[in-house]
Amino acid sequence: MSLALTNDTKLPEVVPPLTRREATDEALRCYYCYDAPCITGCPTRIDIPRFIHQIATGDLSQAARTIMDANILGATCARICPTEALCEAQCVRVQDSRAVSIGRLQRVAMDHAMEHGTPALPQLEEGRGRVAVIGAGPAGMSAAAHLARRGYAVEIFEQKEEGGGLDTYGIVSYREPMRVSLFEVETVRKLGVKFHFGRKIDALQDFRTLQEQYDAIVVAIGMGKVPKWGIPGEDLPGVYDALDLVEQTKTRPLSDITLGPHVIVVGAGNTAVDAATCAKRLGASDVSILYRRGEAAMPAYRYEYEFAKQDGVIYRWWTMPIAIEGASRVEAVRCVKTQVRTGDPSDRQSPLDIIPESEFVLPADTIILAIGQEKNAGIGQMIGAATHRGRVVVNESTYETSIKNVYAVGDCLAPFGEAMVVQAVADGKMAAQAIHERLRKTMAPQKGEKHG
Amino acid sequence: MADLSVDFAGIHSPNPFWLASGPLTNTQYQVMKAFDEGWGGAVWKTVGEPVINVSSRLGAIDYGGRRMMGLNNIELISDRPLDDNLREIAEVKRLYPGNALVVSMMFESVASVWRDMVKRVEDTGADGIELNFGCPHGMSERGMGSIVGQVPEYTETITRYAAQATSLPVIVKLTPNVTDIRPPGRSAVSGGAGALSLINTINSVMGVDLNTWRPLPDVDGQGSHGGYCGPAVKPIALHMLSSLYNDPGIRVPLCGIGGIETWRDAAEFMLLGASVVQVCTAAMHYGFRIIHEMTEGLNDYLTERGLSRVADLVGQAAPRIGGWKDLRLSTSFQVVAHIDPATCIGCNLCVVACDDGAHQCIDRPSHQKAPVVREEDCVGCNLCSLVCPVPGCIAMNPVDKGYIDTWSGHELPAQ
Repeated sequence: MSLALTNDTKLPEVVPPLTRREATDEALRCYYCYDAPCITGCPTRIDIPRFIHQIATGDLSQAARTIMDANILGATCARICPTEALCEAQCVRVQDSRAVSIGRLQRVAMDHAMEHGTPALPQLEEGRGRVAVIGAGPAGMSAAAHLARRGYAVEIFEQKEEGGGLDTYGIVSYREPMRVSLFEVETVRKLGVKFHFGRKIDALQDFRTLQEQYDAIVVAIGMGKVPKWGIPGEDLPGVYDALDLVEQTKTRPLSDITLGPHVIVVGAGNTAVDAATCAKRLGASDVSILYRRGEAAMPAYRYEYEFAKQDGVIYRWWTMPIAIEGASRVEAVRCVKTQVRTGDPSDRQSPLDIIPESEFVLPADTIILAIGQEKNAGIGQMIGAATHRGRVVVNESTYETSIKNVYAVGDCLAPFGEAMVVQAVADGKMAAQAIHERLRKTMAPQKGEKHG
Repeated sequence: MADLSVDFAGIHSPNPFWLASGPLTNTQYQVMKAFDEGWGGAVWKTVGEPVINVSSRLGAIDYGGRRMMGLNNIELISDRPLDDNLREIAEVKRLYPGNALVVSMMFESVASVWRDMVKRVEDTGADGIELNFGCPHGMSERGMGSIVGQVPEYTETITRYAAQATSLPVIVKLTPNVTDIRPPGRSAVSGGAGALSLINTINSVMGVDLNTWRPLPDVDGQGSHGGYCGPAVKPIALHMLSSLYNDPGIRVPLCGIGGIETWRDAAEFMLLGASVVQVCTAAMHYGFRIIHEMTEGLNDYLTERGLSRVADLVGQAAPRIGGWKDLRLSTSFQVVAHIDPATCIGCNLCVVACDDGAHQCIDRPSHQKAPVVREEDCVGCNLCSLVCPVPGCIAMNPVDKGYIDTWSGHELPAQ
């Protein structure tokens, strides 16, 4: 599948950019706190007061430099970070007014960099060595970019035909246009990282070869497949996995995707909101989200929930599908009503009961499953790294696995439901720093030898 | 309802707000419109010779998203013929007999010229004249403007030329481009001035365009020094005003000028000795309509404080400004900062300001958001309370040690 950049214009960004005037006004609201709390809210520790001060004084390129020094995927994070729960939640102005719109200001600086060119990044202490990165998603690109800035020879092996991972294939264009993610891939490439696309590392022999050829390996393979659900009819045509549907909107002409008028989304997380709002934009007139628990247990962020409702998406709480029905393709979904047996209804661990004789049928042309992805420990098991509950175990500060010089970062480590791009970027950067700490000791350049 | 009307050196005005001589008092149209909006008086833009000018003329400094914190002007005196100005002045005075109309004048330093010109102004029916001994640019290169105000002897001589030729009140407008405003002020009074107005503009260069390296404002690539005014100059004006008011050698009413934008600014000028104030930059920025807020606010302020007249404010705070030597030394009195943990928002601006710019006496306990002042080390400089964005969060509490100690009471160390 090739990329469909034209879909960027067909599914335009929901959040408009700030104008220069709006950006200046908003930047001037920042108090320029010292040891600012907002920074602690950012996993990548962007120096937020500094870049906002730079926007306030009209230094947009310098603002982008401040951001990219800490977070090479600043353009993506400016759009898809849950800033309300991260940096902006820590903003002191929550107490006397409202939080400074840090995410939207970051986007102003990064848009400037996209339009006028990326600034040269500050020099870092250089090291010497070869590093292989498996996976060109946010975590892998972050690690690769940081190591490349330090002078390492970095190569990324990616099974898909383009970089960016979820940013390119898994985020709806009206939140993050594909060109933004591809700009970041290009940025990483310009830092000297070599990309090998269409290269899946899924055999032990491939991995052993990498181990022989590189001084360190970074595993950044993201999450696994969406699991089988295990109800009758889930293989019928018309049943989509949410991430597959999003990927189709990024790789095919939109006119090729026909969902029909009645669309049902199963699950109530942020991906479900993406799927439902996507279905609306693809022409479905009637989009419902089914969730087996109530509103209080909904895992989506509040603003995602509001976004779905504004799009006209109907929420059906305490509703659980038990079968998908249809002769040759999806025609309906059979559901039951549920209730909490005991405990707090907002606790997603509370046991549920099916209400007797509550079965009913909803007509549907398309069913979209947004019920989470599987853990991805396959490669860890293959290479013999220690795992725990299906996830690779890493050292908390260095991200090194139980195999020396093999590191793991990003969503493949994330607890269920807590994967975030910005955390993946932070993982990648920290692993890269740890690799540098290791290699600068063992790979000190010979006297008089030139490298770079 | 307080009485806002004032008598200033024999000039009656319905309120103490006058427009200063400048681009906004250049024509009959402007001055009539200003009086219609409610301005009490106006000083007509300086009439004189020669009638020439340059373009462009104005430059400004912006700050924190606000425009024109400071304004610089290299425009000369009126660029309209004297006869046109005098005819319009007479017409305005005929139509607005209740408003104060003063004419600013600047001529070469020749007694007969001044005598003739003062007579012609008197014939318009204007209420007074203001001698422009203050403009720092252009005319000063030809022996007029601030060059007069900077030399007390010139000030006295030329004031006398004008004062002896007229029965109208003569106001001398002083330049701040001196090390001490009092000698030229005293000279003006000796020469016959019935009142002083200050400050005129401060010599300045506004800036440089970082793309073209041309100065601002830019006259075909060249710049020059020009008169600086606007909100940024207010503290300089307040200092000079209070030093004149407190000078025993000066017993004439004072007109305050310099960065006045709100009634609060005006009230501060009055408390330090101004009977009337003149406004220029603020009205150039926002228009004559700002007079509504100024009169309304001043009236309410007087009423709330139980004062019936503007004169009740004049000079009331001036005795509190004196020599440093008479201030209580911090051995006997000081203030100590206190941060209210209930209202602190945790920005730590006080912490870095004290640590880098003051006396390293604010600590950050690990268990709480609010920093804490180490009171025994605080010198009471105010910096933390000035940078704190939360009103009232940092109090500067007085600590009175119960005795008076000033520098006056100490022997000067031997040289």
